[in-house]
Amino acid sequence: MTAVLTISGLDCYYGAVQVLRGFSLTLERGEVHCLLGRNGAGKTTALKAIMGLVPARAGSIVLKGRELTRLPPHEVPKAGIAYVPQGRRLFAEMTVAENLEIGLMTRGKGDQTRESVLELFPLLRERLRQRSGTLSGGEQQMLAMARALCLEPDVLLLDEPTEGLMPSMIARIRETVATLGQRGVSTILVEQRVDAVLPVATRVTFVDTGRARQTVAVEEVRANPGMVMHYVGVT
Amino acid sequence: MKPVNTPARPLILHGAVIAVLFALNFLLPDYHHGVLARVMVLAVFAMGYNLLFGYTGLLSLGHAMFFAAGLYGAALPMVHLEWSALSSFGTGIAAGALLALAVSLLALRTTGVAFMIVTMMFAQVAYLLTLYFGEWTRGDEGLVIPQPQRHIALPGLDLDLTSPTTRYMTALVLFSAVLLATLAIVRSGFGRVLVAIRENEERTRLLGFDVFANKLAAVTLSGAICAAAGATYAILFGYAGATFASIQYSILPLLWVLLGGAATTLGPLIGVLLMYYLVDASGPLLEQYLPGWKLSSLGIVGVSLVLLVLFFPKGILGTVRERWVKWLP
Repeated sequence: MTAVLTISGLDCYYGAVQVLRGFSLTLERGEVHCLLGRNGAGKTTALKAIMGLVPARAGSIVLKGRELTRLPPHEVPKAGIAYVPQGRRLFAEMTVAENLEIGLMTRGKGDQTRESVLELFPLLRERLRQRSGTLSGGEQQMLAMARALCLEPDVLLLDEPTEGLMPSMIARIRETVATLGQRGVSTILVEQRVDAVLPVATRVTFVDTGRARQTVAVEEVRANPGMVMHYVGVT
Repeated sequence: MKPVNTPARPLILHGAVIAVLFALNFLLPDYHHGVLARVMVLAVFAMGYNLLFGYTGLLSLGHAMFFAAGLYGAALPMVHLEWSALSSFGTGIAAGALLALAVSLLALRTTGVAFMIVTMMFAQVAYLLTLYFGEWTRGDEGLVIPQPQRHIALPGLDLDLTSPTTRYMTALVLFSAVLLATLAIVRSGFGRVLVAIRENEERTRLLGFDVFANKLAAVTLSGAICAAAGATYAILFGYAGATFASIQYSILPLLWVLLGGAATTLGPLIGVLLMYYLVDASGPLLEQYLPGWKLSSLGIVGVSLVLLVLFFPKGILGTVRERWVKWLP
């Protein structure tokens, strides 16, 4: 396997409070890498640090040999990382098509990218003229992911994509993440719900007090539920 | 990617509006003819403001300074250096664009209410400067541009801008150019990014857009358009006074845009037109029907605005778009 993204010894702070302590992680091509941990462990902060939203005081983030650590946040997507934050945050007044169009403007390859994204989310094709603020929660999540994929990213960061969604929608999002892996897109998935991620995850990193404590293959997590209990507190 | 709206309908609508304004030149009585020429120039001011407030979501309370920059940028060289109307129009726009760029470099470090206050403070400084340099600007009294200078000399063509028809047509040319430019901007990728910034700044940044640079471009463009309106006003109507730099002229474009419909291309024209005639008509009506009440026509304007906001919360065209005509740009 080839490492696409390498994070080494990342230290990040909110004011005087250190939230990431020597955080390290390696993401391989096409893998679905899940970050698991308790609330406040530093999972979302790790994603924000990758995007440059939380400045790193030490450590490095390297994407396909390119150093991203000091890049301003708007340069990171251009380099090939797309981020779908918790809570979706669409451009509510714009239509579905306009949301996708904005995504396509940075790195996308026009109609070709748009078609390949709509293949993944056929439901959105029927809603192209609809104002995105009027979509259901699940549809909004799909649009948020679709818009991020319009950037043709090498790495996709997903922060709790299944939050508040009904089981059928969770299953569809899971399928999409798996398909992306087959297409060579690597995903870092932050989730609270262990059952929602284990079916698609390749590897799991347990995060605790701002550190990546342990990275294991998903089979090992399945075989050892005590590991989840130890880091997350539930199974 | 193909645009979702067919581009033809908005183009036909805007073309029709321009055609109607052109026809009105031949139909309107003298008084309304003069009013409409003024309304078109002020609508350009409102369109410049709308680009920033309506589309980008930045509420400025200092746009009088950009209008005044254009006004004085054109009037000062015409009066003191005897420059031609065309060159002075150019200096007016350049003055507004440069001022907007300089102010926004500082003001865009703030957001929300702070941005509003910072722009208002800059505008107050600009207003005080017009008074302080009264030797050149003649302060409140204002500068009157001599009639012989108010003409445009082109090869084989000499346009007398003091003639009502030429004045009307010149205002229409500026209005049409800015209206079509605004339509092109809001339908372009840049326009979409501005709306995205208004909707969610952080998401826009995370889709790979430099939010600060785009906002800087929006303020500068908005300032340049407002300055074009100011410069045209000075040249067509032959007057530049400090009143145009006062806070009133920062609030007026906001009201015009709110009334006509923020983030609609034609809303500014509707807003200016309605407000102008509302003020104009309410004075005589008050005198006729409520002679002893000593009510100000601005009071009537205030009440009308409250009613409009209640029944048309997104402005006239904003509400029309929301309820009936979805493709309205």
